[in-house]
Amino acid sequence: MEQAIYQELPAERMEEIEGLFAEIRKEFKGRADELIPMLQRVQRALGFLPEQALLEIARLTRLSAARVFGTATFYAQFRFQPVGKNIIRVCRGTACHVKGSNRILETIEEHLQVTPGQITPDGLFTIETVACFGSCALAPIMVVNDSVYGSLNRSRALKLLDEIRVREEGLFK
Amino acid sequence: MDFTLIKERAEKNWKALENLRQPLIQIGMGTCGKAAGADEVYAAAKQTLKQMNLLGRILQVGCIGTCYLEPIMAVRKPGGPFIYYGNLTAKRAEDILLSYLRDGDPKPEWAVCFTGEGPVDGIPRFEDLPMIKPQVRIALRNCGIIDPENIEHYIARGGYSGLMRALQMNPEEVVQEIKDSGLRGRGGAGFPTGMKWEFARKAPGQTKYIICNADEGDPGAFMDRSLLEGDPHSVLEGMLIGAYAIGCNEGYIYIRAEYPLAIKRLETALKQMREYGLLGRNILGSGFGFEIHIKEGAGAFVCGEETALMASIAGGRGMPLSRPPFPANKGLWGNPTNINNVETLGNVSAILAQGAKWFAGFGTEKSKGTKTFALAGKVERTGLIEVPMGIRLKEIIHEIGGGVAKGKKVKAVQTGGPSGGCIPADLFDLPVDYESLTAAGSIMGSGGMVVMDEETCMVDIPRYFLSFTADESCGKCIPCRLGTRQMLDILNDICGGKGTIEDLEILKDVSETVQKGSLCGLGQTAPNPVQTTLRYFHSEYEAHILGKKCEAGVCKPLFHYEIDPETCNGCGVCSKKCSVGAVTGEKKKSHSIEPDRCTKCGACYEACKFHAVHIC
Repeated sequence: MEQAIYQELPAERMEEIEGLFAEIRKEFKGRADELIPMLQRVQRALGFLPEQALLEIARLTRLSAARVFGTATFYAQFRFQPVGKNIIRVCRGTACHVKGSNRILETIEEHLQVTPGQITPDGLFTIETVACFGSCALAPIMVVNDSVYGSLNRSRALKLLDEIRVREEGLFK
Repeated sequence: MDFTLIKERAEKNWKALENLRQPLIQIGMGTCGKAAGADEVYAAAKQTLKQMNLLGRILQVGCIGTCYLEPIMAVRKPGGPFIYYGNLTAKRAEDILLSYLRDGDPKPEWAVCFTGEGPVDGIPRFEDLPMIKPQVRIALRNCGIIDPENIEHYIARGGYSGLMRALQMNPEEVVQEIKDSGLRGRGGAGFPTGMKWEFARKAPGQTKYIICNADEGDPGAFMDRSLLEGDPHSVLEGMLIGAYAIGCNEGYIYIRAEYPLAIKRLETALKQMREYGLLGRNILGSGFGFEIHIKEGAGAFVCGEETALMASIAGGRGMPLSRPPFPANKGLWGNPTNINNVETLGNVSAILAQGAKWFAGFGTEKSKGTKTFALAGKVERTGLIEVPMGIRLKEIIHEIGGGVAKGKKVKAVQTGGPSGGCIPADLFDLPVDYESLTAAGSIMGSGGMVVMDEETCMVDIPRYFLSFTADESCGKCIPCRLGTRQMLDILNDICGGKGTIEDLEILKDVSETVQKGSLCGLGQTAPNPVQTTLRYFHSEYEAHILGKKCEAGVCKPLFHYEIDPETCNGCGVCSKKCSVGAVTGEKKKSHSIEPDRCTKCGACYEACKFHAVHIC
């Protein structure tokens, strides 16, 4: 079945979104130029932009839903699907490319059996690519959540993933 | 507050730091430093001082530019020089501190260089390092030397004296000063900054804006990030000077969301400026008022283009507009707007402090001053560098960069990111200035400089850039939207072994159409990687199409790996590394690769210490 582009936040998380918007109403005036900062605020809190949030932002800013959806989809930063617990971002900048980042990406894809933008079935990982992180002197690099790892090779990349898995599974026990 | 008093206090505090009676440790804590493990080194240094019962200070500094040595720590004993150590681990940092601070042995074998009073036995001076010697630091004057989160450090090193000078001049005189300096836009296109300011100054309108373009979108570039992380005030001061010259009271910094540390440093800097009366309604009692807002980009390369950037600030899709009207007349919300790049503004503050004549003393006739570059790729010494305009490419690559890593042969250097081109090794005599690089088919660009060696495929490189520009094309105008896609399709065919020789003619044709017909700089320059590689590396295209060979070993359908039975000693490392079991052979006997199983991942090639695996 083909997945829809936009997804709603599940009913059990509705309170989260209501609380978030209560804050957003205080922080923002609802001007049109606040649209992108609002989208960023929602994504920072929820990890992605659920359909209800996009519609709520349209109401708050008095912009058409088309304008809000159109702007959100224009920018690479915004996601419309939930993300895994850990976001693995592989840099695809020029320096990383000439130093073999595509091979690192392939290895990770193969290891986790997902492609960029997808979430692993266990919900542990989402992989993404990013145009350039600006840490080119340490290419190739990969960013795990907010930590940057430089001078990578395939085995180090896989080791990092395995370390996270061990840590997460340890938590379950 | 009176600036003289502020300056006196800052200088006093700086002096106190210089004459500190305790050890002073500096650790490079830019994004690169942190990625290499600076946080662990910081923790280790703190712990070791405690363990030795030593009172000492640890200072976080920005990027000093020798990124290949990250993480870097500099240690100073009271009254002594700073000794720099690189490629540290927590353990090594601890050993150094114990050895130097407790036992008095600076461990010259681990040291990189020193600054300050010398000489130090067995350790070269920072300025004498081959990487540093050809450099001139104007924009990066404070990076790696001051604490970027301490405004007093900046002031003590001469900061905000340029603004003070500007405020005593007429705005017209400030514009003239910048014109006299010959400063040209460091974002890539090289438009004279003074002229740009004059247009905005003369444009009719009550409300005007100045924008600092920190949307460093070129993959392979990190100069602006490093400058903002290492010395944010130099850029903010430049912005204030620009605002005063143009006559505007409000400014924006449009910065990539991918640069969280730079954003944090800017926020801290703005807060300090407010505390010191350098921002607000009446700056230092001059009557000139100015406010700065930070706008985070959301990941769109096209937003580096001025009109798209302004559309994005206004809260819409970042799509460019046709010009005229130019932003200087009709920009943000229809008001006259001036946009300058981060590095340009970093130079402005230096020019006002030291004078136009001083600045114009560096560089060539048409390209004055210096340029920063993010030197990366297959070069021995990667880093953030600043060189006088007119320096030859070979000096950058061989002297500063130390040549190509791992003894391979250098093939080309790429400047200007997706808008630039690949310059072949036989043109490395070329001087680095706006005109020479443009004549060679590339551009100065914002400062990305990626070195490529024999294992870089010059058909894959334009394909890589086109996949980027096709993805980032906003879709507004047809030449760019369809043209980049068409070029990418052809390059994919060629790299996939399905190219024909006629494709090269079509590729050339489409590239010219996209160049001439596109609305904004993204499309107009997107063909540059294609055109320069067609011009300088035609034989590689032919080898891909006619010979079905990718000698660099990048395009998978066009090469395979073979193990040379003469060289292979049967150590078995390659077969262990192979995840698909394609490498077979008995222990201590030469191995071989089953072509049907091999996925050409390259793991065996990288693993073999004896160079027995060959690209065929």
